[in-house]
Amino acid sequence: MNINATIIGQAITFAILIWFTMKFVWPPLVAALEERARKIADGLAAAERGKQDLVQAERRSEEALNEAKAKAAEIIALSEKRRSEIIEEARLEAKAEADRVIAQSKAEVEQEVMRAKESLRDRVADLAVAGAEKILRREINAQAHSELLASIRTEL
Amino acid sequence: MSESAGNSTSEYIHHHLTNLQDGHGFWTFNLDTIITSALLGLMVVGLFAWVARKATSGVPGKLQAAVEMIFEMVQSQVRDTFHGESGAVGPLALTIFLWVFVLNAVDLLPVDLVPMIMGALGVHHWKPVPTTDPNHTFAMSLTVFFLIFFYNIKAKKFGGFMHEVLTVPFGPKMAPFNLLFRIIEDVAKPVSLALRLFGNMYAGEMVFILIALLPFYLQWILGAPWAIFHILIITLQAFIFMILTIIYLSMAHESH
Repeated sequence: MNINATIIGQAITFAILIWFTMKFVWPPLVAALEERARKIADGLAAAERGKQDLVQAERRSEEALNEAKAKAAEIIALSEKRRSEIIEEARLEAKAEADRVIAQSKAEVEQEVMRAKESLRDRVADLAVAGAEKILRREINAQAHSELLASIRTEL
Repeated sequence: MSESAGNSTSEYIHHHLTNLQDGHGFWTFNLDTIITSALLGLMVVGLFAWVARKATSGVPGKLQAAVEMIFEMVQSQVRDTFHGESGAVGPLALTIFLWVFVLNAVDLLPVDLVPMIMGALGVHHWKPVPTTDPNHTFAMSLTVFFLIFFYNIKAKKFGGFMHEVLTVPFGPKMAPFNLLFRIIEDVAKPVSLALRLFGNMYAGEMVFILIALLPFYLQWILGAPWAIFHILIITLQAFIFMILTIIYLSMAHESH
């Protein structure tokens, strides 16, 4: 163990190396690593944001889906209502038509009856006149009594 | 190998433990220590600087990832231990770790390889591992020692520092004892730092030299386990030097 001037030389070399490291090694490495740490932090934040966006989008899509479902249900309910309305209308219309047909046929029947009555009345009048004629043949002159016969006919 | 390197075992060992020196008395320079440490230091720090300059904050390459691993290890140690504005402590710790590590790692080269190459170049003595030279380890630890004073005075001003030296731990009435304790404590720091590293590496190198004295077909039996174990030692010693430096500086930075 002999200590000599080498110690001075080595101390100088050491000092130079420290200075060199301080100037050219340490700062760029610190800068690069800090930059990377920042990038990673940003990346993580972005990922987090993306996740939140996804959740939000999912919520939105679910809302839209629910809305669409509700609308569909509404439309179905509306159409159901409309259908029953149409059915009701058709039924009413049909009923009205039926009533009309019934009324018309009733009127026709009445007319027929009237007509039958009329013809019957004529026939009865004719029969009466014929009966009367037969009874009164000898003394009643058809011409002389035509006035009388007409009045009877109208009375009948 | 032993036969080619010297006539006797002690000569072989002595040859391996002799520095290439130039100068007289104190003004002697261990050229092998100075050149090896400067070269390797500049290489590793230069590599780091090169990677750091190209460093991207995006996906790192393998080399950058390796550099970042070491850097983050050092940075987290500094952050955990040193509270307050760390300033130069991080770069200092990184420099210590890298430099000590590469210089220790030279120990894993075959003990005769570097001396043989240098011998072929006409240089007869060459100790390849600078951390087995106490001049190197003391140079580092004394630099740390002065930094401890620098941080003490920077954090507490000169008055605060002197007050701490004279009153801790026994109070103002025992000032001389406090001063004595403080001197022992502070001197022990660089001495223990330097001697721990030197002792470990010197002993490791010595074991490698002794293993090299075995017949070549037996060397691997001891050499391989020792080299593998030494991977742990060289890393551990670099780490210990670094972490103790951080601790000493953080102690200097905080008042007792």
